[in-house]
Amino acid sequence: MRLGVLFSGGKDSAFACWKAMQKEEVVCLITIVSRNPESYMFHTPNIRLAALQAESAGLPLLEMETEGEKETELLDLRGALLAARERFGIEGLVTGAILSVYQATRLQRVCYELGLWCFNPLWLADQDEYMEELLDAGFRVIITGVFASPFDGSWLGREIDRRTLDELRMIAREHRITLTGEGGEFETFVIDAPFFSRRVAIEEGSRVYRNHNGVFRIERAGLVAR
Amino acid sequence: MISVIDLCYREDSLSREEFVTPVERLLRRSGREFNTRHYTAPDIEAADAAILCGTALMDTGFAERPDLFYWLLEFERPVLGISSGMRALATAFGAGVEPGCGIGMTEVEVLSPDPLFAGKERFSAYEVRGCAVGVPGGFVALAASKECVQAIRHRFLPLYGLLFHPEVRNDWLIERFLGLVDQRP
Repeated sequence: MRLGVLFSGGKDSAFACWKAMQKEEVVCLITIVSRNPESYMFHTPNIRLAALQAESAGLPLLEMETEGEKETELLDLRGALLAARERFGIEGLVTGAILSVYQATRLQRVCYELGLWCFNPLWLADQDEYMEELLDAGFRVIITGVFASPFDGSWLGREIDRRTLDELRMIAREHRITLTGEGGEFETFVIDAPFFSRRVAIEEGSRVYRNHNGVFRIERAGLVAR
Repeated sequence: MISVIDLCYREDSLSREEFVTPVERLLRRSGREFNTRHYTAPDIEAADAAILCGTALMDTGFAERPDLFYWLLEFERPVLGISSGMRALATAFGAGVEPGCGIGMTEVEVLSPDPLFAGKERFSAYEVRGCAVGVPGGFVALAASKECVQAIRHRFLPLYGLLFHPEVRNDWLIERFLGLVDQRP
C-alpha cells in the first residue's frame, strides 16, 4: 500500500514513518506548516527543517501552509492529502498520534472522507516501551521546545539519550507529565533515524526561554555523514 | 487462556499495533495467558474465551469472509467483539449492517442490566466505525448512543459485542469481561 506520513520532524511522526516502512511502502512525507503558534494540531518551531530530514530519508516532501485556525486547518490538511493522492498516489496516511483522541478523531475523519486508510502505529503505546524502542532503533532526538514545569532553559537543544531518558522518567513520575511529551510538555526534533542516509548537523541554534516555556530554534543545519 | 483474534487486513499488518497490541497489553497487565491468531486461522480449541479486535475504518476484508466466523455459533464460551469484532460476531448470528459513520467520543447510555455495565448508566466512549450493526436474533441491545446500538449480548450465552473501542478510556470494560471469564465454572 502506498502511504504518506504526516510528518512534523519530531520523534513520533518519524518513528511512525519507520514503523510504516517495515510493513508498507512510504512514498512521501506531508508537512503542515502553521502560521499560528497556538495551532492545536500542527505547530512546531522547526517545521521548515522537515525538508532536510526528507532529503536524508530520500522521500519527497509535500508542504502545505495553513493559517492554523482551529477548524480551517483541517481543510488545509484535506487539501494536502488530496495533493498527495494526486501527485504520489497515496492510499493511506500514517500519523504519530499516541493518546490524543482530539487529534486522532480529526485525522480519522479527514481520511475517511477522502477514502484513505488511516494508520496510527503508536496508538496507545506504552510510553516507557516506546521510548526504549526509539533509542534501541537508533533514533537520535533533541528537545526543541519545553512548555511545562519543571523544565528550564537547559533542556533546550538537549539530546534524549539514556541518561536524559532516566531524568525524564523521574520528572514524569513526580510532576504528572507524559514521558513522551504527548501532553504538549515538550517537543522534539529528530537529528538521525534508521531511514536517514545522513544525520542532521545543527550548525547554529538559538534559545528563547521564560517561565517554563521555551523554544530551541535551529537557525542553520546541514546533512553530514555519520 | 484467552484467544485474541486479529481481524486486520493481513497477519502482522501495520494496523496490528493500533488494534491488537493495546488489547494484548491489557491482558498482560492483568496476568492473563493469551495467544493471538489472525482471523483466517483461529486457534480456539483450548481457549477459555475469545476477544475479537477492531480494524481500521477502511479495513472491511474480514466482512467478506463471514464463513471464517461461523465457529462463534458453537463456541459457547465468553466472547468480546470490539468494533469490527462486534460486526463479525453479530453478522455470524445473522444481523444486518447499515452504513453509518461515527468517529470520536460519543455518549453511551446503558439500556439493559448486565454485569458488564453494573453501576454505570452513562459513559463517554471512543468510536471509529463505518457502519451501524443490527441486533441479531437471540441477542439484546445493552447500550446505545443517539445514533446506534453500541453494545449487544446474547440472551443466554456470554457473547458480547461493543461497537466503540473500550481499550480507549474504558479499559474497565475489558477488565470486567475478564472477571466474567474468571467466574465461569
